[in-house]
Amino acid sequence: MAAGVVIAGAGQAGFQCALSLRAEGYDGPVTLIGDEDSLPYQRPPLSKGCLSGKTDLDAIDLRPAAFYETNRIELRMGRRVESIDRQSRRVTLAGGGDVPYEYLVLATGCRNRELPGVDGVCYLRTREEAAAIMERLETSETVAVIGGGFIGLEVAAAAAGHGRKVSVVEPQPRLMQRAVGPIVSGFFRELHERNGVQFAFGTSAVDLSADMIVAGIGVVPRTELAAAAGLTIANGIVVDSRLRTSDDLIFAIGDCAAFPSRFTGAMLRLESVQNAVDHARCVAGAICGREAGYTAVPWFWTDQFNAKLQTAGLSGGFDAEVVRGVVESGKFSVGYFREGRLIAMDSINQPADHITARKLLAAGGNLTLHQAADLTFDLKAAV
Amino acid sequence: MSLFSRKPKETVSITYISHTGATRAVPVPVGASVMEGAVSNSIDGIVAECGGACLCATCHVYVEESCLELLEPVAAEEEAMLENTCSKRLPNSRLSCQINVTKELEGLIVRTPEAQQ
Repeated sequence: MAAGVVIAGAGQAGFQCALSLRAEGYDGPVTLIGDEDSLPYQRPPLSKGCLSGKTDLDAIDLRPAAFYETNRIELRMGRRVESIDRQSRRVTLAGGGDVPYEYLVLATGCRNRELPGVDGVCYLRTREEAAAIMERLETSETVAVIGGGFIGLEVAAAAAGHGRKVSVVEPQPRLMQRAVGPIVSGFFRELHERNGVQFAFGTSAVDLSADMIVAGIGVVPRTELAAAAGLTIANGIVVDSRLRTSDDLIFAIGDCAAFPSRFTGAMLRLESVQNAVDHARCVAGAICGREAGYTAVPWFWTDQFNAKLQTAGLSGGFDAEVVRGVVESGKFSVGYFREGRLIAMDSINQPADHITARKLLAAGGNLTLHQAADLTFDLKAAV
Repeated sequence: MSLFSRKPKETVSITYISHTGATRAVPVPVGASVMEGAVSNSIDGIVAECGGACLCATCHVYVEESCLELLEPVAAEEEAMLENTCSKRLPNSRLSCQINVTKELEGLIVRTPEAQQ
């Protein structure tokens, strides 16, 4: 029997890879190995719907158990790949056992960056961690959040929505600095402040007297397995434009993979559902003999209070930002340009702009600053 | 009073018909979405890549004409995504993640398209 595909990591990327392999008609064995105990689940709701109380924590499984059986995906949950023997093409599992592979897909994701020297801090990446935060929220009156990025702000919004008194410290001068420009940062600061959240910028000195402390200070790619196998590592597992590592039979996808971006012209590592899903599909295609370069437009989203922010593209290094619409209305977009070319767009409660921006960016970003600002100009006309 | 209390949920029966005619009626809890009902019952033909955030248009369904009037109208967010369905958008096209299941939807029938992506 053929060795098949082994996928190390059963998060969004690993799950999608298994799904796409079957959808593409791959007929060999598919083994999906994950170190959490429960069925593969979606992470975005953990900090969004689950914390706000809209979504049950047990309603976020990507698929029910029967799905894996029906699709002949061998699910090994509660197991971790301990080592890779590239010579004999086998992975060894912690606690014993090994699995041969024809292709190995590393989807090992990230771990939380932790705050040194502070005990009892909550983090949010897994279902278990979300459950712990929910439990603490029940009895906490004051909540201190470290980090004004997506996770920190989603936690802050949910806690404030439950009537908790929330303070956020952010070492940078503005919110979500890595992801959005100053206009969008300012909009979200005001939105949170209107809902009672207090901010301190330029500091990471958290209020230790708060009833609970949540840190959302980023994640670190899990590269140890790949590194021990001698694969190239540089802020993630390094892959080429086809998502192959330095070993032709081993791919890396999702949060753990550093890939050459056609949008930044540099190596890039992204933590998002889009990136996980599109990487997974690209690799499933390659394994099925339809190899193609990875070129998908990055997009991501966050929900905070009544605002849904949708981002298309990557705004880092922009030299102009243009508002489309009226910021105060709570429905607007911001186009980011570099050398006269659209490189990203943030849309707040403007889904149509977001969808069009994705297409615009896929097509090369041919939009003028003037057109971006002109509400009488239909963005679709530029696609 | 718990912030995250969970009550046992009533269910309604929803029927999913594939483009080849394969038909399954499954119980879906009130408060879930028609997409969630499909995914948790492994209904083929609904992908739901974004998990119900109205961001991907891979949970497209055609709602049985006689059931259309039971549904809330299409919101702006859904309208934007419906322009991006893989299979042809028809007047009865909806994104199943945006159809919230209520008691009134007992017996709802939706058809899944040939392709979602």
